[in-house]
Amino acid sequence: MPKTPLLAVSLMLISGLALADVSSSRQAELTHLLKQDCGSCHGMTLKGGLGPALLPAQLDGKSTDYLVITILEGHANTAMPGWKTMLSEDDALWLANQIKQGIDK
Amino acid sequence: MIRHALISLLLILITPTFALATELRGTGDLGLVIERASGSIQIIETTNNSSLGRVEGLGDLSHASAVYSRDERYAYIFGRDGGLTKVDILTQKIVKRILQAGNSIGGAISQDGSLVAVSNYEPGGVKIFDAKTLELVADIPATYGDKEQTSKVIGLVDAPGQKFVFSLWDADEIWVADMSQPDKPQIQKFKDIGHNPYDALISPDGRYYIAGLFGEDGMALLDLWHLDAGVKRILGNYGKGEQKLPVYKMPHLEGWAMAGTHAFVPAVGRHEVLVIDTQTWTESGRIKVHGQPIFVMARPDGRNVWVNFAIPNNDTLQVIDTESLKIIKTLQPGKGVLHMEFEPRGEEVWASVRDDDQLVVYDTDTFEEQLRLPANKPSGIFSTTRAHKTGL
Repeated sequence: MPKTPLLAVSLMLISGLALADVSSSRQAELTHLLKQDCGSCHGMTLKGGLGPALLPAQLDGKSTDYLVITILEGHANTAMPGWKTMLSEDDALWLANQIKQGIDK
Repeated sequence: MIRHALISLLLILITPTFALATELRGTGDLGLVIERASGSIQIIETTNNSSLGRVEGLGDLSHASAVYSRDERYAYIFGRDGGLTKVDILTQKIVKRILQAGNSIGGAISQDGSLVAVSNYEPGGVKIFDAKTLELVADIPATYGDKEQTSKVIGLVDAPGQKFVFSLWDADEIWVADMSQPDKPQIQKFKDIGHNPYDALISPDGRYYIAGLFGEDGMALLDLWHLDAGVKRILGNYGKGEQKLPVYKMPHLEGWAMAGTHAFVPAVGRHEVLVIDTQTWTESGRIKVHGQPIFVMARPDGRNVWVNFAIPNNDTLQVIDTESLKIIKTLQPGKGVLHMEFEPRGEEVWASVRDDDQLVVYDTDTFEEQLRLPANKPSGIFSTTRAHKTGL
């Protein structure tokens, strides 16, 4: 596992950045990505597919920084890729917050 | 009064008959396009390249596919939400719709057209229905290990001998279900076929079933003429020792991109299309392409192979010449190119461009764009010619 991005993510989370700094136009792009591209495995409504469901109930026991790290680095031995070539840490944090609260809210 | 009523009645009777008569037509040039976000399909025709209408109310089609009855009138559409919808594409009406599982991935129609099978993620397994009534005929849970868990099922195809063949993502197995006696499916299981089969295809003659592997290198080959010989691993050296790459979308193995003795398949994660020698089942080449390939589809004459790609390269299509194994054309139809379908004899190809809400038609010889039609977040395109093709 590469240490630097993890460290950076941890620092960012520790420093209390609970809210991601993401512009509204970027938010629209990320919502599109979440539904259409994360949706190719997790379902467009995030009810699951080849990948698990990403609804608030399923994510209840998962911390935000676990989700951020999974989004950026992927999940070893599963089909979940790391998205850090396309997503910044702020992007990932915003997405993690979105799925934790539910995208329809 | 009575005469008035009679005349009205006559008019009522005559009008629809007349309307039907003028609309009498075949279905061989029809197709459907999945509109994934709105749970609808568009019916298209390829004689004049136009949209004939839209059928709504098909549920969650975020991942969806379709097969056709052999008379090419009815489409069976398999949705993400476990929905199985039978649509009359002539009258553009839903004939019947059932929710047969919680989460499903695809389906197939039997050799004789009497059975429709659906592969499900949740609960993991295959359910088989009467093609006329959509009544449940057989339920095959994909149990494995201690038999208490079920696997997600992928790569379901029909095969000669009234069979269905499918693979178990979680269990690393391939199952062959003989449905000659619909109420007593005979199931043959092949274990340890390789880790995490992600999709599969069958050769057009219905002989070879090949599952792609996500969890390790290579593919699993089953010769349905010689089931006793078991599953053979092919392309085992592919990618060996190389770093695993993030895969942004699972490749699809649909149909059989074949030209002469070469078959073309997407590499998992790599920006390459693999060429397989189908006489020796060994790798005979790799073609560098623009991104991670998703669909690798041969024009019906086999001269060219068309390829689309995963995000972030999903704005592009590439065309490979199957003789020289070189890329001869790169097209950029727009953002989110999800699928392609050739017209019956291949002179034109339709592509769905999700983010631009468009269908694009290209001449496959000149690569000139012929037209664009509006569609709501289009994904899969399914032509009625599939009705008579094994595995489609």
